[in-house]
Amino acid sequence: MSESGAGTGAASHGRAAAVLAAARPAAPWRLGAGFLLPFALVVAVFFLIPAVLTVILSLTDVSVVTGLRDFRWVGLENYRRILTDPVAGLVLRNTLLYVGATLTLFNVGLALVLALATAFLPQRWGGFFRAVWLLPRITPSVVYVLMWKYFAAEPPYGVINQVLAALGLPAGGNWLYEHPWPMVIAINGFVGASMGMIIFSAAIQAIPREQLIAAQVDGAGTWALVRRVVLPQLRWPALFVAAYQTLSLLASYEYILLATDGGPGFYTTEVWALYAFHTALSNYFGNAQYGLGAALATVLVVIGLVASLLYLRFFNFRQLTQRPRIEVS
Amino acid sequence: MLGSLSETQRPARWAWLLLVPVTLPVLLLYAWLLLASWSDGMEGFRPLGFTLENWSFLWQPDPFGPNIAQLTLNTLLFAALVAVGEVLLASTAAYALARLSVPGRRLWLAMLIVLHAFPGITLLVALFLLLRQLGLYDTLAGVVLAKIALELPFHVWVLKGFYDQVSWDHEMAALLDGASRLTTWCRVVLPIIRPGLMASAVFAFLSGWSEFLLPYVLAPGADVQTLPVYLGSLLSQADVARYGTVTAVAVFYMIPVMLVYLFLQRYLMVLYTGGVKR
Repeated sequence: MSESGAGTGAASHGRAAAVLAAARPAAPWRLGAGFLLPFALVVAVFFLIPAVLTVILSLTDVSVVTGLRDFRWVGLENYRRILTDPVAGLVLRNTLLYVGATLTLFNVGLALVLALATAFLPQRWGGFFRAVWLLPRITPSVVYVLMWKYFAAEPPYGVINQVLAALGLPAGGNWLYEHPWPMVIAINGFVGASMGMIIFSAAIQAIPREQLIAAQVDGAGTWALVRRVVLPQLRWPALFVAAYQTLSLLASYEYILLATDGGPGFYTTEVWALYAFHTALSNYFGNAQYGLGAALATVLVVIGLVASLLYLRFFNFRQLTQRPRIEVS
Repeated sequence: MLGSLSETQRPARWAWLLLVPVTLPVLLLYAWLLLASWSDGMEGFRPLGFTLENWSFLWQPDPFGPNIAQLTLNTLLFAALVAVGEVLLASTAAYALARLSVPGRRLWLAMLIVLHAFPGITLLVALFLLLRQLGLYDTLAGVVLAKIALELPFHVWVLKGFYDQVSWDHEMAALLDGASRLTTWCRVVLPIIRPGLMASAVFAFLSGWSEFLLPYVLAPGADVQTLPVYLGSLLSQADVARYGTVTAVAVFYMIPVMLVYLFLQRYLMVLYTGGVKR
């Protein structure tokens, strides 16, 4: 949305600067600095310093036991512990499963289906379905998970089991305990699908009408239209959604924390970010290991940083690839 | 932005056959919640009896439980402060980056993108210790500042987009008439980007209203507890006895969100397409 504006802004920027220079002194840099200062201060203290602090903490053994005074520098000891920790291996596998399945099935897969299907409906109804799919995203996480918990409950209370029974299928017990992974993936996926849906819908909308009509005149059916005309145009948006959501999923653990808290049993649905959270702030033993937790978080931070630097390049690349399309239409 | 393909094709039956079953669970979730908040108990979708008892927390506060009025006030204060703070800081910073001469402008913009994509929630441990050191742990101010900082890069990025679209001619006319940059920003530019400011404020408020993790970790004390933290604690109790009350509180907590969604959806769309975490 800012890309189109940036171009015209830059062009008139030069013109305006020339006129301004003649009219009155250029904008005082003091105003610019003053406008930036409050933002810079808050972000520095509560975003940048914590980021640096996370890395520093990860090199210490600070915990509830040591307190904030008696901790020692342990170098890379925490990272060595992570590498040899059997639980970390399990958690890593969980994370890959969680991110991979949620991303492909819901954030990209279902999002694509929703965007395509709603595009084939009359405007009003397409809009209705899109609005419904935005609901999980705007619903506060606690309420959203509350609803799922009761859906998953054992008979006769759970809705899922009641629906299964009505269909003549065998009902299970509590779904969160018996099938935690499908539930965790669905809970997160129902929220995640909407972002891709909106981006894909916008991209479909941007396809020049003549292309669609031309394809139909040439005798393309629905499936051919989707496959030959629409899907190729969604390649870039899909890549963007996948990249962006991978990072978001890696760092998100709120819904898992509320739904299963990493359980049931022994780290069944514990993912990396949740493991860091548990280690540092809320574990069963009461000894919150800030240092080890910070090391686990640092691993995620490094991934986040690398990914966001890739975004920087990706955004530029996207701008480059978009330019010809505007000329064609 | 809708129905582009439906104009070129007859509305397809397959789209309905696909969308209805896939969307049904979402609708059922909310229908269930509404139903449950008015009934004695639920067996799946079967209400066991209609009752107003679940809502009694509104006129008959539980003397032993936390006071819902206080929780609501805390949540409201938290969300409002977050919204005001974010819009104030983002509207000035974004203007500086979009229009004023700032040294290292490109660097600032690059930092903004990196921070925006950076998973801020991974900093929870450090934030926790930092706030304790600053004496801001378990205070409203601390958790508000943390929330603002983590979301500010996103809002600056969005508002910069709005500023970029303001024509320079407006600003120049004011400047040539002798107004200062500050006056111009206040009287000419801000009114033009009002939709952006609205979108930012609405989004920030909703995000603050819904925030669970930050208050849960950084301000868990009874005095500053917010509705989501209270509901979260109810949720983690294995067998909630009065789940009718829980669903009623949940519906009560959802009301502002739903109102905003119904009436201000347009504004939200602007930001959601701008790319939101998760």
